[in-house]
Amino acid sequence: MPVNKVHGKAALASVGSFEHTIPPPFPHCKLVIIGASAGGSAVVRDLLADLTASYPLPVVLVQHLHPDDRGLLVENLDSEMTMPVVGVLDKMPLRPGRLHVAPADYHLLLESDSRLALSLDAPVHWSRPSIDLFFESAALIFKQDLCAILLTGANEDGAEGMQLISRLGGRTLVQDPASAAFPRMPQAAIDQHAAQWVLSVDRIAKSLKNLGAEVSNG
Amino acid sequence: MKIEDYDAEVNDIELSLLLEGIYQRYGYDFRDYARASVTRRMAQFMQDNSNSSLLDITGRLLRDPDYFYRLIPYFSVSVTALFRDPHFYAALREKVIPMLRTWPNFKIWHAGCATGEEVYSMAILLQEQGILPRAQLYATDISQAALDTAKAGIYSLDTMRKGSANYHQAHGGNTLSDHYHVRYNAAAMNAQLRRRITFAQHNLVTDKVFGEMQLVICRNVLIYFNENLQNRVLELLWESLDYGGVLCLGDKETLAFSPIVERFQVIDKHNHIYKKAV
Repeated sequence: MPVNKVHGKAALASVGSFEHTIPPPFPHCKLVIIGASAGGSAVVRDLLADLTASYPLPVVLVQHLHPDDRGLLVENLDSEMTMPVVGVLDKMPLRPGRLHVAPADYHLLLESDSRLALSLDAPVHWSRPSIDLFFESAALIFKQDLCAILLTGANEDGAEGMQLISRLGGRTLVQDPASAAFPRMPQAAIDQHAAQWVLSVDRIAKSLKNLGAEVSNG
Repeated sequence: MKIEDYDAEVNDIELSLLLEGIYQRYGYDFRDYARASVTRRMAQFMQDNSNSSLLDITGRLLRDPDYFYRLIPYFSVSVTALFRDPHFYAALREKVIPMLRTWPNFKIWHAGCATGEEVYSMAILLQEQGILPRAQLYATDISQAALDTAKAGIYSLDTMRKGSANYHQAHGGNTLSDHYHVRYNAAAMNAQLRRRITFAQHNLVTDKVFGEMQLVICRNVLIYFNENLQNRVLELLWESLDYGGVLCLGDKETLAFSPIVERFQVIDKHNHIYKKAV
């Protein structure tokens, strides 16, 4: 899809011009994946606030966590959101209408049978889970049927993964760094021309809602 | 390999050929390892060694054993620690030790023991509960290098520091230093612990059932296998257990997604402890 080059560059040049734009329909989407780091959990909650268990797509979150998190993020998100939240266990199948959260201190990968797999391989860019690693494995499986979102963060994890998703024809949405608590992570994706759309959290939330309707209506 | 050149299908076919070649040439069977991990590790190996294609690497791997033995460490990742996941050891003490006490003698198998920290942790727990003399522990791994370290039972002081923190979180009865002695800036596990453990090389993928065990510990091994191989290995672990015997998996591993779950009873859902149903 040529769209990624056009939008990648345009987005980099003039973020403001996208203020009234929302991505076009994407009815063949099969999976939504989200990468977030510092400042991420509050944004995730806002982003998914309107979604419920009847959302037609599975959603997966890779959020950088302290290794000793012990499932706290899952508990918190589950108590604050309508969509049910599950902590990933090895080989868990993807389920529509669920937010699947990567556990602390493991890498998350997607297998070709659409199951989530864990690994204790060395951290990548000092991170485990690594957003890049999960995004790349998801890109190889879902290719043009994947919608990836990269949010606030204080490092550059995720940019390479977004790049591969874009190259394989998937859709990439990046939080407008101006609105991010920590702009470095979304900015890195923009700098590496991996961002097809640079949007406020509100607009990403809206496009996720639209996406659900588009997929449901085929 | 440049990311632009990434052709997922071709890459996957080449990877299958490579794994088949390794199996036929060296007998190491990685064919049913979790694919996403293997893909990632091969990419890492290629990045660390050269930029050629998987097919080029295959040719060299088949002809050059030294090159192959450079690849092996990429496939035998092990992350372990004394009293790793302290809450698991607390659960063992509360829920599994009382069951072990009901047997006059009992056998424990650590499948995939890596460098041995967790089997020593088990021996320490048994000793503090006063039942170590009734126990025979077997610790196996695919890697001879890891087993050599495990057998020696000598660890760095840093390993002991981390282990000590875990030990206290697991509400250990004494102090960890009761169980080892320090010499020349390293810590050696007490001989009475080592004496109860038999170390042996065993490959879960290609080897057979291990014996009638009352407890099998297999933690963070299954995550490296695909669903097919997981089910095969779980079958082997089931067969290795005595009726009423206990199976413990890793912190993020579960039987819930495998049909074998029906032949087990859940003892502790959060710590993934199961009992072989009669």
